[in-house]
Amino acid sequence: MTAPTLVIRIEVLRYRPEQDTQPVWQAFDVPFTEDMSVLQGLQYIKDELDGSLSYRWSCRMAICGSCGMMVEGIPKLACKTFLRDYYPGVVRIEALAHFPIERDLVIDMGDFITKLESITPYIVADTPRSLSAGENLQTPAQLQRYEQFSSCINCLLCYAACPQYGLNSKFIGPGAMALLHRYNMDSRDAGKDLRMPLVHAEEGVFNCTAVGYCSEVCPKNVDPANAVNINKTESAKDYFLRFLPFIAPKGTGK
Amino acid sequence: MSARRPYKRPMAGWWRRNSYFIEYMVHEATAIFVALYALILLVSIVQLASGEAAWNQWAAVLRRPGSVMLHVGILIAFLYHTWTWFNIMPRTLPPIMIGGKRLAAKTITVAGLATALMSSLIFFAVTHWIGK
Repeated sequence: MTAPTLVIRIEVLRYRPEQDTQPVWQAFDVPFTEDMSVLQGLQYIKDELDGSLSYRWSCRMAICGSCGMMVEGIPKLACKTFLRDYYPGVVRIEALAHFPIERDLVIDMGDFITKLESITPYIVADTPRSLSAGENLQTPAQLQRYEQFSSCINCLLCYAACPQYGLNSKFIGPGAMALLHRYNMDSRDAGKDLRMPLVHAEEGVFNCTAVGYCSEVCPKNVDPANAVNINKTESAKDYFLRFLPFIAPKGTGK
Repeated sequence: MSARRPYKRPMAGWWRRNSYFIEYMVHEATAIFVALYALILLVSIVQLASGEAAWNQWAAVLRRPGSVMLHVGILIAFLYHTWTWFNIMPRTLPPIMIGGKRLAAKTITVAGLATALMSSLIFFAVTHWIGK
């Protein structure tokens, strides 16, 4: 590693509920090297400049989904974003948009956790399987139907990119809908009927106006906008097909 | 007692915060021009059905410089609307599998734009041919 020679200014939106009535910007001058991420910049601030700075992080390699934050107004994983790309200039960092700030860069993600629980985020077996039945096998084609949606790391960048969620937090949102779709598309799953009421509901897919920015910012190429919009079609089909008695889907009284 | 005091940031002016949102809002706004043109077409059909005199009067209104300028504006709005519409289309479609492979987003966008262009050309050719 080369010795740090360059210094970049990092401005962080601080919020310390015990002393701040509202968030305030604080600037730090951080020496950095070519290979340093924004997360490492924050770690430098915490270790060397101000130990009270709060932020979430864990894996440093874009798989834990903890370090989502707004970097220059764009939802990013701090570990996957590099200081060199902002030099010379100022990097402004604030907590993920559309979520309440708990402290500094830490958001209150309780709302998402509740939503995640509500989508039945596990495989619901048609008939109970015993361990002795062995692996529940799938073909590569069956895997392909949901694989992309299973890459979600719950980092919430998509929620910070979704103005509809920002305007109405009742909306189930892109991430939870992508995971709902992931289970519905799984050949081993029989829980679609449990999940569809949430798709149709007031807080369901029709809050989405196809802004599409959620998919743009997703660090794992999940394409949550695709999951949401496929389910608009699914929901519309579910509504209209009941008028055709010969192909009425189950659960509609036929 | 909890010392928690989560801070909710305001949403006012959200669409000006990001160029992506501005583009989205412009796309949505161009839909007004699409509706406006649909209205003009509707009036045209009503005038056409009301006889030759009514139609000639309406056609004269359409030929006014202000009307021509409005139509140029509508055309620009249509072009932008079409472009952004087909750019978002791959995100709205279920996966299209061809030969075991998923059709690429770019292919869907290009196919959509090509269809819009071709149908416009065919429409122009047919109306030109009828008008002769």
